[in-house]
Amino acid sequence: MNFRVVSRILGMLLVCEALLMLPALVVSAYYQGTDIHAFALSILITGLVGAPSTFLKTGKKSIYARDGFAIVALGWILMSFFGALPFFISGAIPSFIDSFFEASSGFTTTGASILTHIEDLPRGILFWRSFTHWVGGMGVIVLTLAILPSIGAGAVQMMKAESPGPSPGKIVPRVAETAKILYGIYIMITIVEIILLRLAGLPFYDAAIHTFGTVGTGGFSNMNASVGAYNNIYVEIIITIFMFICGANFTLYYQMLKGDLKAPFKDEEFRFYSGVVILSIALITINLYGNVFNSLWESLRHSAFQVVSIISTTGYTSTNFETWGMFGKIILLMLMFVGGCAGSTGGAIKNIRFMLLFKVMKRELLQIIHPKAVYTVRFGSRAVDEKTISEVLGFFFMYIVVFIIAVLAVSLDNLDWATTISSVAATLGNIGPGFGIVGAAGNYSSLSNFSKIVLSLCMIIGRLEIYPILLLGMPSFWKRINI
Amino acid sequence: MKIIIIGAGKVGYSLAESLSKSNNDVIIIDKNYAALSKAEENLEVLCIRGSGVSTSILMEAGIDTTDLLIAVTSSDEVNMVCCLTAKKLGVKFTIARIRDPEYAKELSLLKEELDLDLIINPEQAAAEEIANVLNFPIAINVENFAKGRVKMVELKVTEEMGIIGIPLRDMGSKLISSILIGVVIRNEEVIVPNGDFVIEENDRIYVIGKPSNLYNFCKMSGKCPQKIRNVMIAGGGRIAIYLAKLLSEMDIKVKLIEFDREKCIQLSELLPEALIIHGDGTDEELLKSENVSDMDGFISMTGMDEENLMSALLAKQNGVKKVIAKVSRVNYINIIKSLGVDSVISPKLITTNHILKFVRGNNIESLYRIIEGQAEITEIIADSASDILNIKIKKLGLPKDVIIATIVRKKEVVIPHGNDIIREGDRVIVISKNKNISSLNEVAANSAGGF
Repeated sequence: MNFRVVSRILGMLLVCEALLMLPALVVSAYYQGTDIHAFALSILITGLVGAPSTFLKTGKKSIYARDGFAIVALGWILMSFFGALPFFISGAIPSFIDSFFEASSGFTTTGASILTHIEDLPRGILFWRSFTHWVGGMGVIVLTLAILPSIGAGAVQMMKAESPGPSPGKIVPRVAETAKILYGIYIMITIVEIILLRLAGLPFYDAAIHTFGTVGTGGFSNMNASVGAYNNIYVEIIITIFMFICGANFTLYYQMLKGDLKAPFKDEEFRFYSGVVILSIALITINLYGNVFNSLWESLRHSAFQVVSIISTTGYTSTNFETWGMFGKIILLMLMFVGGCAGSTGGAIKNIRFMLLFKVMKRELLQIIHPKAVYTVRFGSRAVDEKTISEVLGFFFMYIVVFIIAVLAVSLDNLDWATTISSVAATLGNIGPGFGIVGAAGNYSSLSNFSKIVLSLCMIIGRLEIYPILLLGMPSFWKRINI
Repeated sequence: MKIIIIGAGKVGYSLAESLSKSNNDVIIIDKNYAALSKAEENLEVLCIRGSGVSTSILMEAGIDTTDLLIAVTSSDEVNMVCCLTAKKLGVKFTIARIRDPEYAKELSLLKEELDLDLIINPEQAAAEEIANVLNFPIAINVENFAKGRVKMVELKVTEEMGIIGIPLRDMGSKLISSILIGVVIRNEEVIVPNGDFVIEENDRIYVIGKPSNLYNFCKMSGKCPQKIRNVMIAGGGRIAIYLAKLLSEMDIKVKLIEFDREKCIQLSELLPEALIIHGDGTDEELLKSENVSDMDGFISMTGMDEENLMSALLAKQNGVKKVIAKVSRVNYINIIKSLGVDSVISPKLITTNHILKFVRGNNIESLYRIIEGQAEITEIIADSASDILNIKIKKLGLPKDVIIATIVRKKEVVIPHGNDIIREGDRVIVISKNKNISSLNEVAANSAGGF
């Protein structure tokens, strides 16, 4: 591995993070909170740790796949670590493990919280908590690539390791250009949502916080009861729509901007994603009507919000779904594994992988009927490469393995079934709330420190789609000469 | 500029590499997944999997906003159809690689009918290049500028040349007045020398000047050029056919060895003036019995790089003065040169250079790249839009590593000094290191920028 290049780019990342803390410092100064010194100190520490290695001379060596993965994996762990500083220094979260949990939950756009009294915290801290969603949603590395002068052709390795989906592609030839376009679309969506929420009656601060949570598909709110606290139907509708938008592939919006307005409907994954959403909403609405809510409208309103919130891996709640019937809750649990589309800000396994898995399943069955037949798996109008298929199969297996190991680790806390299983599903899939103790009305504060660390890692593993973090554990990944 | 390259093979890849490095938006279309993923991982390009003939793929790549389409797949027919389709869909320029000798005769017709802007025939270009080198046998490489009025030769510096150890400015007017040592390669590093530079043994130097002056320079420095009268060619591929024809026009006798009997018969029909031998070009006994040691030149160009290298080394060992090997894999060129083969020809590199020259713009007359583009020698015609006309060169304040090597004005060839000026209509040959130059203004812009 090329340690010089890796540490230089990690240094750049930290400097970037220090800069990203500036808006929070401004907010905190504006509200004259007690947390100004915490931000000032955090910016100083992060900047000073990061700055020296940016001056390393790296020569002309390029970045290979291994270096790209190392940068992404280490980068995200470091980001979460330094992102935890403001929480810890300001005293908002007294334990460092809790702070780390909260910061990784922010950057990975999970939205799982250990805070019990959110409304009491300084506004700067709450802003930073939600702002990490916004940054983490599109990706810290992508942001760095967009801002910094080109790191070279190897940059695509990092982008691949960070972006969700089985075959993340560039939309224009240059990585830096692609990153700029993606962030441009992202910023546009953000501004539109802030304006709409403002029009729906939310104060500017709350509108911004919930927009960051929505477009990053994170789920941090500045209210204990999440979006449900406002009990405002317009706010719920706006957030539902934007959660749905941000759970889909951003490349589609680029194509729409280029004039192809029907692009989403031509995209097979988007149709699958919409289908899953509509079917789940319908099933849950029928299940809720008469059992939990008395009006059909009320059932539709809450089932739609919850379904879109979970499948886009946002994790906002408009009502306490803990009181729903088992059928609805199991559907939500299943959606936690599905997640958003490739190239979205959402997490979990992704719709495209499920589609391909179903197609492979169909092929395997057909292969028994016609043993000599040759079937190609198609996505859209293209044949999918066998290598991609085996990667999808491998990914699915790794996801399940990580899930099982994490469940085993959390089970040491001796909690109930729902909590143990859903806490891992909700963190690994970057959703946020699960069921039981960690459900819509609860939080993660009562878990043991060990479980918190395991779940923090789950969030980062899930955000980076398993490979980068698992690679860190391979001894041969670190060796200069690896045979 | 937005450029679509169809075919991610060796030529496509190296084109994409140099084009994307000089700030073009490059999109590669290919059917082969492995070739595409190699390009995608190593280059700043966008890759689309599919057939370049397909309209929908071309539309997906945004053909209507594309400036240039380069078709370099392995099939001539596919290349032609790609260019035709693309032109209909609105691309501005098209370049096709067409290599079949059958088509070669109809090139001008094809070019017109298919509305192609440039046709590249790598085999023919390679044959021309080899013929050039044979014309100037002591050179490793020969490049023509200004329609042949200026040549640049690459020479290996040996002990007896008498230019070792003297700074260039003290080399004496008689030896060096009318020529210019533009580039020196030492241990794979490209140096643009100045007056204090001292040449060492085993350097490779690029010398520019009028052909007659170059001959004189070689004579004075003790490397007497000898005319080549007969050559032996191993391998009867397409290049061999083009080359044999060119050589017989130059009154050079050709002996051609080919392994395949059927092909030998075809060759003897096609090339009545050449002697065709049926046998293995890597077989030392055969080479000896065909008295290889009396040959002036030996060119190995079978389809296999390894065989070419082996038979070239055999020929060298048997005392052939000028040995040339064809090599497809560009990475091997430097190793092969160090083994003692005099010149190495790579059709892929030649193709890349030709296309790059076209891409660089209308003002560029010739373009020659040294060691994967570390240094470039560019021939530019000075038009009225150039900012550096009628200014004394010493006042231009050229940046380091950029020199104006030669100015060709009507009949006159000037190796410029500080007091010379560039006039409108001059052909100016510029040497630059680590910098792409596509117009004279860029030379001037440099001076305004940093110096």
